Amino acid sequence: MDIGFTTAAYVVAAVLFILSLGGLSNEESAKRAVWYGMVGMALAVFATMAGPGHGLWPLSLVLLLIGGAGGAVIAQRVQMTEMPQLVAAMHSLVGLAAVLIGFNSQFEEIRIAALDGTARGALEGFSAVIAAKSPAELSILRVETFLGVFIGAVTFTGSVVAYGKLAGRISGAAKKLPGGHVWNALAALVSVVLLVVYFQTGSTWSLAVMTIAALFIGWHLIMGIGGADMPVVVSMLNSYSGWAAAAIGFSLGNDLLIVVGALVGSSGAILSYIMCQAMNRSFISVILGGFGGPKGPAMAVEGEQVAIDADGVAALLQDAKSVIIIPGYGMAVAQAQQSVSELVRRLRAEGKEVRFAIHPVAGRLPGHMNVLLAEAKVPYDIVLGMDEINDDFPATDVAIVIGSNDIVNPAAQDDPNSPIAGMPVLECWKAGTVVVLKRGQGTGYSGIENPLFFKENTRMFFGDAKKSIDDLLTRIN
Amino acid sequence: MKIGAAGERFPGEARVAMTPASVKDLARLGHEAVIESGAGAAAGYRDDDYAAAGATVVADEAAVQAAADVLVRVRPPESSEIAALRPEQTLISFFYPGQNEAALKQAAATGATVIAMDMVPRISRAQKMDALSSMANLAGYRSVIEAANNFGRFFTGQVTAAGRIPPARVLVVGAGVAGLAAIGASVSLGAVTLAFDVRPEVAEQIESMGAEFVFLDFDSEAQDGAATGGYAAPSSPEFLAAQLRKFRELAPSIDIVITTALIPGRPAPKLWTRDMVEMMKPGSVIVDLAAERGGNCELTIPDEKFVTEGGVTIIGYTDFPSRMAQQASSLYAANIAHMIADLTPGKDGVLVQDMEDDVIRGATVTHAGEVTWPPPPPKVQAIAVQKREKPKELTREEKIALEKAAFRKQTVTQVATLAIGGILILLAGYFAPASLMTHLTVFVLACFIGFQVIWGVAHALHTPLMAITNGISSIIIIGALLQIGSAGWLVLVLAAVAVALAGVNIFGGFLVTRRMLAMFQKS
Repeated sequence: MDIGFTTAAYVVAAVLFILSLGGLSNEESAKRAVWYGMVGMALAVFATMAGPGHGLWPLSLVLLLIGGAGGAVIAQRVQMTEMPQLVAAMHSLVGLAAVLIGFNSQFEEIRIAALDGTARGALEGFSAVIAAKSPAELSILRVETFLGVFIGAVTFTGSVVAYGKLAGRISGAAKKLPGGHVWNALAALVSVVLLVVYFQTGSTWSLAVMTIAALFIGWHLIMGIGGADMPVVVSMLNSYSGWAAAAIGFSLGNDLLIVVGALVGSSGAILSYIMCQAMNRSFISVILGGFGGPKGPAMAVEGEQVAIDADGVAALLQDAKSVIIIPGYGMAVAQAQQSVSELVRRLRAEGKEVRFAIHPVAGRLPGHMNVLLAEAKVPYDIVLGMDEINDDFPATDVAIVIGSNDIVNPAAQDDPNSPIAGMPVLECWKAGTVVVLKRGQGTGYSGIENPLFFKENTRMFFGDAKKSIDDLLTRIN
Repeated sequence: MKIGAAGERFPGEARVAMTPASVKDLARLGHEAVIESGAGAAAGYRDDDYAAAGATVVADEAAVQAAADVLVRVRPPESSEIAALRPEQTLISFFYPGQNEAALKQAAATGATVIAMDMVPRISRAQKMDALSSMANLAGYRSVIEAANNFGRFFTGQVTAAGRIPPARVLVVGAGVAGLAAIGASVSLGAVTLAFDVRPEVAEQIESMGAEFVFLDFDSEAQDGAATGGYAAPSSPEFLAAQLRKFRELAPSIDIVITTALIPGRPAPKLWTRDMVEMMKPGSVIVDLAAERGGNCELTIPDEKFVTEGGVTIIGYTDFPSRMAQQASSLYAANIAHMIADLTPGKDGVLVQDMEDDVIRGATVTHAGEVTWPPPPPKVQAIAVQKREKPKELTREEKIALEKAAFRKQTVTQVATLAIGGILILLAGYFAPASLMTHLTVFVLACFIGFQVIWGVAHALHTPLMAITNGISSIIIIGALLQIGSAGWLVLVLAAVAVALAGVNIFGGFLVTRRMLAMFQKS
């Protein structure tokens, strides 16, 4: 088939991808959106295989199906609570693919440069595109290839580390080599020098050394970021995988790759920005890892924690008219969403008003809680965002905090010296009684004490969230 | 120290200032309790109960007076009782210094310290000893019970085989502690409850108790309860007129009126006039909780219940708390015990009259031979001053100016960004070959589309968004597909690996997204 068909198919695919992202503006249209994405992808792959200059399509198809089968199995098997690490792991695949494709461009360029005029004329497809390039365009191609490989390599190791942290395979704490960001800066500097070398000579070794430097940056940068910031990191890596695709698109002269790469890249960037805003932190400080040093001694926490047992909580809930549940990472860890859903069902059956308050950074991924609650069949119209529900706490009888900590920390408002000062938080302490489900008396991910637990109207319900709620269920009918 | 309580001499008063429970509380502070035999009988507390709790039961009032260092009582003392006070004694009681100037002077002359439970400042720390609130709470509840007792119909509306019963309509005037308690009791009995107060900020409290706030359309500076310690202040004549007009409008449809309107230090305002009473249906009930101070209803006779010619029952009892003597005594005794706890900071049975303490200073009306009333304003503001939203104070011009400034700032940043971006692109265009520029155009436009589209994505869908962009980013497979046809074997192998990797991502990304989205359901 001719190039006209391929281009037309690309245009249609690009439009479908845009609709697919835009369709996520609400839950109903989102179901349609995912089909747009699939059709767009199928169309793009088909048009490329059927298009000019493509050989070995049976091999491609077989490989695609083998890889696809693997992907489908993973998608079916994965637990909803493992979603963050799955997304991180899949980003690493895109990063790796970008590195491989970038190197291919390099090898093709060398191979073609060695050919004579007639052999060049006989080339087709990608090789022909390279062969037709002018010297200036070839220099540009080198920059593009270099960028594609660099971003791809950072994405690859970064995603692998993010996966490890989210899956608990490596410690969530921020770790850096002695010297910290000096190493990153050094590696970046080496990369810039190598870019100049590669630009001048086009040598494979400079590309390879840069790849190693970029792999190091991805690894070291993400290792230096604490687990609490992983949602921003995952979304940032998402953005990187898009930019890598766009860079490869430039080097291959493929507009669809550029368009889609730019879409993904900008969407990830915006998402990171939204999340940083929700945490009242600058993107830079997240990426550089760790909280800024406190400006003075943090306020001492007064009072003591008052524990409560399942009977006490059940009695509180029986008397309550309105309940707000604030889920956090603890609920995900304990896999308690099904039990929570059942609790909500029973309370609602008794005519109580039960709603969920979701903080923008609850969990380890934006919208993490929404997905878990949706999995447990909690109706989404009782799941509200922070801005929608924060004013309702004073009129609420019981607020149940399930495994969240920093997002309900009043120190963010009261203590200007707190590391999280100024971060918007759910004002659950304004409810009649706050029940906090917590595994032990430890601190949250940010490692700071939470005065909420010491407030007069707070009751601590210690134990694994799932077990605690199952206990509660035996007492509420 | 010895804390003593005698029986109340006031006719009909059934309350007592000390209960067996409060005797134990006092013992924990290091105090001994002395009580007159039979003092708690009317409230349902027997001498044996007091003795069992550790109190010394003595024969008569004189014995208490002789033994006690601190006298606790409910009603303000009679002149003879004041005369008997010794200089080192402390009297804790309701005192109403504003209305009892003579008694105040007499008490000061004895040299004794008098702490008036009705003068406890309304600050959060002092709530545990706020006896006025405890008593008002009881009075509010009891007023509804009395009304129900004298009302010949159901409170709830019912549809029965014998016909339809309309719900009673209750109007509560004045939503202080008593008013709110009355609202609560009335709502829980099932009546349609309306409530009025001159302080608009209590509308929220009224609605929180389940009653409907009677909204008065009157354009004037609203009263700020914080300025008067949470109490109402006198209204302007215009406001009062508007208020009465509203009541007149409501009167024919109301079955039960409970008035609780009091202004500190003044006679009760007349809010329910003769003509309103006449407008009410026969069988209606008016309970006037302000009867002791003259009554909110024009026809109220203090301490009496009577039926008007029009068949409206008007209840002017002044002893509602005393009608629930056991409950009232236990609350009042607890308030007193809390007051004594504050007076005994060391918990060692030694009374410290700390005149620097806001609560003690505020409640002490005579000390060391001096009249110490009225007290200076408390150092802690009673109630947080009403928040006035700042943006509202801005005039229209200021707002426009602010908006203009913000707009200008935005324009400057945007234009600057565009200019820098434009110059960079132009530079690139100057040096780069044309083919790059076409791609760059596509790239920049796609970025913009991405920015615009993503802002609209619902927060709840951010995880699916990430999953779907992950799936979409596997478009990189196209690069690998284009290269796989190459003649070089190394390129072929690498491209093949890339195709397989991207394949995992395509299927994994989309299927996971679909799984997630399929779970979102409406209730």
